[in-house]
Amino acid sequence: MRCIINGETIHLPSHVSTVAQLLHHFHIHKKIAIVEINMHIVPKEDYEHTAIADGDRIEIVHFVGGG
Amino acid sequence: MNRYSRQQLFAPIGEKGQRYIRKKHVLIIGAGALGAANAETLVRAGIGKITIIDRDYVEWSNLQRQQLYTEDDAAKQLPKAIAASVHLRAINRDVVVEPIVADADARLLDDFVARERPDIILDSTDNFDVRMIINDVSQKYDVPWIYGACVGSYGLSYVIIPNETPCLRCLLEEVPLGNATCDTVGIISPVVHMVVAHQTVEALKICVHAQVNRKLVSFDIWQGQYRMIDVHKLKKDDCPSCGKTRTYPALQYENETKFAVLCGRETVQIRPARRGEREWTTLLLFLEKCGIQVEQNDYLCSFTVDGRRFVVFSDGRVFIHGTNDIQEAKRLYYQYLG
Ligand SMILES: [Zn+2]
Repeated sequence: MRCIINGETIHLPSHVSTVAQLLHHFHIHKKIAIVEINMHIVPKEDYEHTAIADGDRIEIVHFVGGG
Repeated sequence: MNRYSRQQLFAPIGEKGQRYIRKKHVLIIGAGALGAANAETLVRAGIGKITIIDRDYVEWSNLQRQQLYTEDDAAKQLPKAIAASVHLRAINRDVVVEPIVADADARLLDDFVARERPDIILDSTDNFDVRMIINDVSQKYDVPWIYGACVGSYGLSYVIIPNETPCLRCLLEEVPLGNATCDTVGIISPVVHMVVAHQTVEALKICVHAQVNRKLVSFDIWQGQYRMIDVHKLKKDDCPSCGKTRTYPALQYENETKFAVLCGRETVQIRPARRGEREWTTLLLFLEKCGIQVEQNDYLCSFTVDGRRFVVFSDGRVFIHGTNDIQEAKRLYYQYLG
């Protein structure tokens, strides 16, 4: 599957089919990430059962503490 | 010639906006890279008053990006809040600048905001513990705050308006641990300025009662990536900070001496439960009797024992450099200062 993640086209392995799996794939802890798919924000409690599809535009924002 | 003429020519501010700006009080928490740049921008813009709180002192490794400080400040180990206030007053003597050398903990921030009711709180801190305190204080006293953070070449910013936008706790279910920090993956100065540009423009908008940007902004300035996300759907009715039943979890005080590792710095901070000025004379006499050499300025003293450098602040806090081991720090603290 090919998705556009943070503006870049990325090939995802076949076992990545939900938002939760996507975050896991990128080693991002789900509680500190914000995910938007095709301009729609995904609530954290929906990560497990929100499917991602070929061609989706996905934005992943993670929080950092520095400054 | 009016020093603010160019800013007043900018129509969304104008002369009226400038008068608003002159009446506002901004609380800046942290006087590191973000704090120094946020403070300088607002002081040049002619803000009425800024209060800047910081627990640290100027070191050589700060000079690469913490724009207000000079080599002289680092050589003298001046507390950042003090050094910042000196430079800020030299930039614009019309602005009231109030430095506070202290750890911005729940008690200090709760008391300060309850008493002073600043118009805006600008986050310039380096950890989520204090941001959650800011988040609760903001909700409790209905003061907007502006999150800003950066590491490496990545940064983000978000405006939190009580009763309107989701709060930080709505967006973050828990405090991130083991995150990358400026001490582990570094940081470049341009991303600091990008975060500060976003924070200060929103601060100016709040000052002149313009509509703020409600989106979460994030960017990687090295990669040339920039994005804005609408997060208003993440506001939670049951949020303990901004929801219907609030407990303000970050404001639950603990009255004990606290030991904390300062992330990535090989330093332990000790914050005694009892506040107030440390009794210097007795301490200095004691150290002298032990044959320990002490360096001192008006705000702190430092000395080295057992290969560990101690920095003792006049508000009672102590840094022990050269260790990440809380147990060792406890032993040393109670041995020499307890
Ligand atoms: Zn909330």
